[in-house]
Amino acid sequence: MVGNLTVFKGAVAINAYGAALRKFPAVLWGVRFGLLLSVGLHIWAYLALSVKSWSARPKGYRVTSYKEASLASRTMRWTGPILAAFIIFHLLHLTTGTVHPDFKEGDVYHNLVAGLSVMPVAVFYLVAMACLALHVFHGIWSLFQSLGFSQPRFDSFARRLATLFTIIVVGGFVLIPLAVLAGILKLQ
Amino acid sequence: MNLTLHIWRQKNRHAEGRFVTYEARGISPDMSFLEMLDVVNEGLILKGEEPIAFDHDCREGICGQCGVVVNGSPHGPRPATTTCQLHMRSFKDGDVLTLEPWRANAFPVIKDLIVDRGAFDRIIATGGFITAPTGNAPDGNAILVPKPAADRSMDAAACIGCGACVAACPNGSAMLFVAAKIAHLGYLPQGQPERDRRALAMVARMDEEGFGACTNHGECEAACPKEIPIEFIARMNRDYLKAALFSPAERSGPSDGA
Repeated sequence: MVGNLTVFKGAVAINAYGAALRKFPAVLWGVRFGLLLSVGLHIWAYLALSVKSWSARPKGYRVTSYKEASLASRTMRWTGPILAAFIIFHLLHLTTGTVHPDFKEGDVYHNLVAGLSVMPVAVFYLVAMACLALHVFHGIWSLFQSLGFSQPRFDSFARRLATLFTIIVVGGFVLIPLAVLAGILKLQ
Repeated sequence: MNLTLHIWRQKNRHAEGRFVTYEARGISPDMSFLEMLDVVNEGLILKGEEPIAFDHDCREGICGQCGVVVNGSPHGPRPATTTCQLHMRSFKDGDVLTLEPWRANAFPVIKDLIVDRGAFDRIIATGGFITAPTGNAPDGNAILVPKPAADRSMDAAACIGCGACVAACPNGSAMLFVAAKIAHLGYLPQGQPERDRRALAMVARMDEEGFGACTNHGECEAACPKEIPIEFIARMNRDYLKAALFSPAERSGPSDGA
């Protein structure tokens, strides 16, 4: 996120950041492999958990009413696949340039601004970031609960950390498409 | 007051169930929810129909026997209240209520609104006990229990095993129940010798019974008539993790007790 934000320092800064990422291909592919493994495990856990939950209640209720389950917790099952689709699109869009209208290898600034100037694409980025906010907020809070750090349900350290982390990270990501839409970041 | 009730009727474990609509007329707001069902049942008996089967025992909110899902809420709309302690003044004249049994694979419907909660008993049998020497009663203060530990243990021990947590959980998980039972003994010095074995065995049994997994919605604690908080689930996860990492030998024979 911090790396992405170098776009606000101008084309030179973010292009240098992009080049730095690719300086050591071994490190780059190591990190990519680690991320891919994590995504795989994450999806496997998602499927295992879903199958377990569905088989635990084969017949549902006619009427349901939620009292405490949050929007974030109830949409985990949907924000996850949307994010998976977004990540694939994001890679095709700005890493390989496959679905980019005017992709220039190595010119990160140009690719980013030109790519996000397309309205439906920018909207998809914003929707995906809204999903990320919900997903990450519930995920971080759940992490503390699942690993056994007891805390009161609300107003706890974990909940505050989840809120803060979500605002900082998603807020940072969201600034970029918003800045392109607002014309703050322009093609040079 | 007059109410319309859509009630799940199911002859036995194997029969197909369906919703049947009944009218409850002349209900006093001071009646309990179960007394309202009693009135409906008396009407059915007079007409020669099969009364609606529902579970109940003490009707004082302490036995954990009763429990009906009313409009999607286990034990009805009032927080921290069992179905028997829910009064008709919580509803309005003319309300339409849908009454369903607890829905979970591990809680098969026996008849109408009654489910078989034997899975809970089998979980208790695998670890809900301590080893105590027999003989004379020990001296009153021979084992010192810190006050905060005693308080937390009592909070957990408030669980009456009604199963509302399972009924409320979108995943049909029994974690709140199991966590309460583990915390109830785990906070006390008497519960320490079996603490690792208890966490491993009860969690293993819970999984074998076909309950779902926790995804931290918090619906269970909202439905719990005894207000057991989900911090106990975090504590159970901690106990389990610790036992699985540091006492794997205790893992043997998770379902011995059942």
